[in-house]
Amino acid sequence: MDQGSSAKKLIGIGLGAAIVCVLLGLYIGLYLTNVPGAASATTTPTGARLYLAAVPAAALDDPHPTWVSYYKTSATATNWQHVTTYDLPAHSLVRITIYTYDSQTGLRNPFISQVTGAVGGTFTLGGTGLKTKVLKTIYPITASHVFAIPQWGVSVPLLGVSGNAKNQCANAPCSLSQAHTTTTFTIRTPGPGLYRWQCFVPCAAGFIQGFGGPMQTVGYMDGYIKIA
Amino acid sequence: MSEVNHWRRVVLWWLLASAVMTPIVVFVLGPGLPPGNGTVESSGQVVDNTVLLAVSTPVALAVIVYFVYAIVAFREPKPETVVDGPPIRGHAQIQMWWLIVTTGIVLFLAGYGTVRLLADGSGGGQGPNPIAAPAGASHALQVQVIAQQWKFTYRWPGYGGVETPTLELPTNETVQFNVTSLDVIHSFWAYQLGVKADANPGINNIAYVTTKGPLTFNVRCAELCGVWHGYMFDTGRVVPKSEWARWIVRQRILYAPATKLLAPYAKQYFPMPTRRGG
Repeated sequence: MDQGSSAKKLIGIGLGAAIVCVLLGLYIGLYLTNVPGAASATTTPTGARLYLAAVPAAALDDPHPTWVSYYKTSATATNWQHVTTYDLPAHSLVRITIYTYDSQTGLRNPFISQVTGAVGGTFTLGGTGLKTKVLKTIYPITASHVFAIPQWGVSVPLLGVSGNAKNQCANAPCSLSQAHTTTTFTIRTPGPGLYRWQCFVPCAAGFIQGFGGPMQTVGYMDGYIKIA
Repeated sequence: MSEVNHWRRVVLWWLLASAVMTPIVVFVLGPGLPPGNGTVESSGQVVDNTVLLAVSTPVALAVIVYFVYAIVAFREPKPETVVDGPPIRGHAQIQMWWLIVTTGIVLFLAGYGTVRLLADGSGGGQGPNPIAAPAGASHALQVQVIAQQWKFTYRWPGYGGVETPTLELPTNETVQFNVTSLDVIHSFWAYQLGVKADANPGINNIAYVTTKGPLTFNVRCAELCGVWHGYMFDTGRVVPKSEWARWIVRQRILYAPATKLLAPYAKQYFPMPTRRGG
């Protein structure tokens, strides 16, 4: 092999290695910076407010219209956004209200029926046909979903709509005139970071043990809390 | 120079390197090996890891010494004069020693591992009927580890069956972990405690640990269990007995509302509901 062909071979190998390195760098960079779109809490004079909704099935035009899901909404349950990553302020009290339109599934672990990590150790429960009460637990079999941020020790059970309730919502978006429960609680946020949240109820219809599909997919029953 | 001289030199260099490096590995590197000396079981694992490293050091040195010796002794400054040597067809003495040494190492490690496991279980899960219980196991503190996607909780049958989201243990106490799962297969890995036990639905997997002094330890799931497996971790503490006694009282008060709603304590729980009801 003469020197010319050796040089060409070396240049080829070097170029190939450089291209592979650039592609690897791009892949890793995109992976590290690819955070799903987020919705911010509403800022009020009394602090940040976050309104969410848990529905039995996503909107009909969603890629998975049969999947149970969380949505970001407003105080009047309008302006629905299908995002499960929420921007919250650091070191602040955030009041969260969750409208639950889904029915009762039941908790696999009854321990999670008690609220933890919320300010005061309680949550307020109301909704269609319900007298508003301040509670620490619900009956485990009546749980529809859970809003839990395990890294913060936050876990709040969400009462499901009775199976006999009239005017139930089938797919997002839903309205406050439809059967729902309203759970409100306050949490104190930590310092900046990206934290995860999840549901603990095996609520994924049609999946083995109720924990596949939407329970394993960020954007449905899982998501992130971004603290700036 | 004859072939016999080369072998003799290689063996001498290897003996010298092993005589120097093995004590360094045992006495300098060994005490710092994981998982540390937080419990009786983890200390035993440090000793086990030191023994494994001490046995493997001469083996690794044999390769390195032979490699370096070959590079130095057989280096040919004029590559164009290199010709292939005659083929070697078997060497009974080398084959015999190879078999003797490798068989001896494997049998020693198998025997050592068996003896160590039978001594106290080495902090590993032993299934529902453990055969290697440590001294003090008959009056061990009972802690049920309940794994679920994606969190560990802990239940205390000797304290009203209360369930807690965090794990604290008293110092100088033998603890029996009863590890189970409510859904898929997880693995309870309390790293600094030297405990690792699979968490299987419908099975009570027992592991023992004997704590020593105060300690902060990490709990992780060591079995890929779904989207948040990487986040299934927590921090636990070993605290003085008086502090632990106050902690468990506080937990019983704090989680009294949930305790009323728990199923009666059992070695395992059939995961109900098994599918979505709504």
